Amino acid sequence: MPDIITFLILLALGYGFGQWFERRHYRSIREREQEFKDLLIIQTKIIPSSFSSGHETFLVNGSVVISVDYFKRFVAGLRNLVGGRVTPYETLLDRARREAILRMKEEARASGADVILNVKYEMCSIYKGRRNSIGSVEALAYGTAFLPIKTTAGER
Amino acid sequence: MISNLELIPGKRISKHLGLVQGSTVRSKHVGRDFMAGLKNIFGGELKGYTELLQDAREEAVARMIEQASSVGANAVLNVRFSTSSITSGAAELFAYGSAVVME
Repeated sequence: MPDIITFLILLALGYGFGQWFERRHYRSIREREQEFKDLLIIQTKIIPSSFSSGHETFLVNGSVVISVDYFKRFVAGLRNLVGGRVTPYETLLDRARREAILRMKEEARASGADVILNVKYEMCSIYKGRRNSIGSVEALAYGTAFLPIKTTAGER
Repeated sequence: MISNLELIPGKRISKHLGLVQGSTVRSKHVGRDFMAGLKNIFGGELKGYTELLQDAREEAVARMIEQASSVGANAVLNVRFSTSSITSGAAELFAYGSAVVME
């Protein structure tokens, strides 16, 4: 009996806080995506001719580790029985990727870049828990930032 | 210079020096593990892990750069990152690229 009570409490906490965190995170993601809208990400290796010279390049990256909550893991566990879309994990991965991209953009913006080329994603799940259920997921985004050379720019 | 492009506009590659790589295996300490356990109930970002992995990745890149400069390169192109979790509790971060001399 105490087990069931603990389980229900954890489930309720997971649902409450998980949903709250997720909504807050999505709101902040949307705001920052709007803010960084003009920093272009080009998913190609071929450099547009307008950037052919007078630019400096360097690597930028952004990463985030996001944890799944108790409720989501429970729902996903149920889903495993019948198959189909696992929406709780979809939003988790979506949040992680968008956050990683935003952090990369922040880094690029901080050093004054115009555009980021050849962006790659890398995902890694961090295993935790008894049944090897996905505890948390890391998303990494990296690319090459281009910035116009300033007269004071030092040697890199 | 580190870049994940294959070519840098306005620069010419004068010499290829082959693959260079850097890696590091990190594990988290108990305090972080405990916080992560809590977060696994509530959800949300694991800031400790984000920092840990970011630090480790910087170290992997630093090792790659060290290797590149030891073979006489001044740039590493086409850099890729890879992460693998070895056991629960430790992760390997790996960075690799091709070392070149650029003019």
